[in-house]
Amino acid sequence: MTRPKVAFFDFTCCEGCQLQVANMGEALVDVLNLIEVVEFREAMSEKYDGELDLAIIEGSITTPHDVERIKKIRARSKAVLAYGSCATIGGVNGMKNAFDLNDIRKYVYGKDYEKFDTQETRAVHQVIKVDYFVNGCPVYIPEFVTVLKAVLAGLPYAVPDHAACLECKLNENVCMYDKGIGCLGPVTKAGCNSWCINNGNICYGCRGMVTNPAVNGARDVLTKYNIPMDMIVNKMNMYNKCREIDQNAKR
Amino acid sequence: MRNVKVNVEYLTRVEGHGNIVVNVKDGKLETCELRIVESPRFFEGMLRGRSIFEAQHITSRICGICACGHSLASIQAAEDAIGFTPSLQTIKLRKFLLHMENLDSHVLHIYLLVAPDLLGVKSFVPLIGSHEQVVRRALRMKKTCNDICDILVGRHVHPISSIVGGFTKLPKEKDIDAMLDHLYKMRADMNETVALAATLKFPQFERDTEYVGLVSDDAEYPMLSGDIGSTDGVRLKKVDYKKATNEFIVPHSSAKHSKLGRGSFMVGALARFNLNSAKLHPKAKEIAAAIGLKPKCTNPYLNTAAQLVESVHSLEDSISILEDLKRTGVNYHEEIIVGLNEKGTIPVKAGNGVGAVEVPRGILYHNYEVDDKGIIVNANCIIPTGQNLNNIEQDMKKLVPEILDRTDEEITLALEMLVRAYDPCISCSAHFLDVKFVNR
Repeated sequence: MTRPKVAFFDFTCCEGCQLQVANMGEALVDVLNLIEVVEFREAMSEKYDGELDLAIIEGSITTPHDVERIKKIRARSKAVLAYGSCATIGGVNGMKNAFDLNDIRKYVYGKDYEKFDTQETRAVHQVIKVDYFVNGCPVYIPEFVTVLKAVLAGLPYAVPDHAACLECKLNENVCMYDKGIGCLGPVTKAGCNSWCINNGNICYGCRGMVTNPAVNGARDVLTKYNIPMDMIVNKMNMYNKCREIDQNAKR
Repeated sequence: MRNVKVNVEYLTRVEGHGNIVVNVKDGKLETCELRIVESPRFFEGMLRGRSIFEAQHITSRICGICACGHSLASIQAAEDAIGFTPSLQTIKLRKFLLHMENLDSHVLHIYLLVAPDLLGVKSFVPLIGSHEQVVRRALRMKKTCNDICDILVGRHVHPISSIVGGFTKLPKEKDIDAMLDHLYKMRADMNETVALAATLKFPQFERDTEYVGLVSDDAEYPMLSGDIGSTDGVRLKKVDYKKATNEFIVPHSSAKHSKLGRGSFMVGALARFNLNSAKLHPKAKEIAAAIGLKPKCTNPYLNTAAQLVESVHSLEDSISILEDLKRTGVNYHEEIIVGLNEKGTIPVKAGNGVGAVEVPRGILYHNYEVDDKGIIVNANCIIPTGQNLNNIEQDMKKLVPEILDRTDEEITLALEMLVRAYDPCISCSAHFLDVKFVNR
């Protein structure tokens, strides 16, 4: 059997999701026996410009150069996998979209701001067609392995589209709301095994919002615990500001 | 007369995007630049309007490799701004977390990013065939650090439970035993690593420069606290960090450059070693002596050797911290509940705070100005790779004329290895790297 040709590409991001691959430990050796990694800039000097079976894209699209590059990658890839919050939902880079682009450029770079090219942050599917999504900041390795198996078998992968609360309950965590604290679990896609809440923090919505949130239920919870809606929206915009681009496209 | 054109687009085996451009015309060096082409990310701008209690969550996303370091610098700046003093137990656990990050990052750099050059291959992947046990050891050591971070803070990439005020989850007795067990087992792999490193031949090159790092009058090797010091005798309080960095913009880089007493300076493992080697753990000192590393070392390629020495220090000091914690026991009353800041549990006041922390690549500064509600009004982050960029270019300018008798390929590799030795983290700098040879 010939091993499928896989490449990793990084766009605007912290590269933490690629690092999660290296963090698999010795299990990585087994994964590398199943696929042929032909390009992975962070870990390899090899470069490849032929056709790919799978392009794994990390990072969001924030410059005209990014747009050109991602379109070329799409054109030579049989399947594209958006990998991590920056690629799947725009992630923390999307917070930039709340500011005027010239203002934020001036704030960081001063009078020479025009030298630093940038545009509205977009998730990968907002620029090219995406076949597989692995959400999360960072990605949850057990889910990545599941998706990789689906890709190798030529099967689709459906991102879990129920609230993170379901996994959180199964993990027997005390609900953050019962501690009087606002948490994004009720409106956020599951699939990470309620990673942050298991460690005493709240859900920050890094996997994106469920397609059909229980809006009334969430509103009732906020009312019951006297937590202001704008605080929740503000927290949601930490990862999910690029959602507005999808919403505008639908209108 | 010789013409040389180097044009390395997207330097590999570094974190983030950079190019090297070198142009030698008629034997004269005309261009010698490290171009940072990472997309700007605007973290400082995006932090405005965010709560001081959210800052570490956001700023750890500046970098996946040094996420723990960013979160620790961020927390320190936030606590400084609102006037919160962490407990001794919290400081102890933060020092341990910083050790795990340095150890993890140094192991990744030594084995997966640098060793392939020294063994004459393009990446660690072919090493799986030729040196399988070495690759397995590297991945195993990395995983040990990751497994420990999983226990301590939920994960290494973007830690979960370390926040302003302390930890949302404190390790149970069995957790301390599990972490200690991991570290005791790692000693055997560390010994093998030291033995391997002793066989590696690093390139010869010397350029004396100013070395900058945290310094203190304590007996401890300073990582989490201290003043800013240099081998040229500079000593500044962390609040005066701008006097130590003097950032300026150059047209060929989306990362800002820095200078201090001389035209440029170096931060990172070699700088720390040059400043503070006397304070290393005795075992780390032994290793330094065994591989012949002594201060003041002016060969930047030996930054990797300094990382090895620091790895031994981090492993042994971590064991000491945990053994100490096991003896004294953990005070679980200090466990803090996230989000209670929204209810005013930790008092907030307007202020300006600075965090200065030694992360794997050098001093990392975070500075936040907050209003009386704890909302960030201004933010500034100065990352170590940014501080090193100018020094890397000065090294390249001295190195190129010394190696003009070599082939284009050899010159390119020497330059790539030089840049890699600094272990640059370009995602961080994105405020970073391109090699272009023009006209040979």
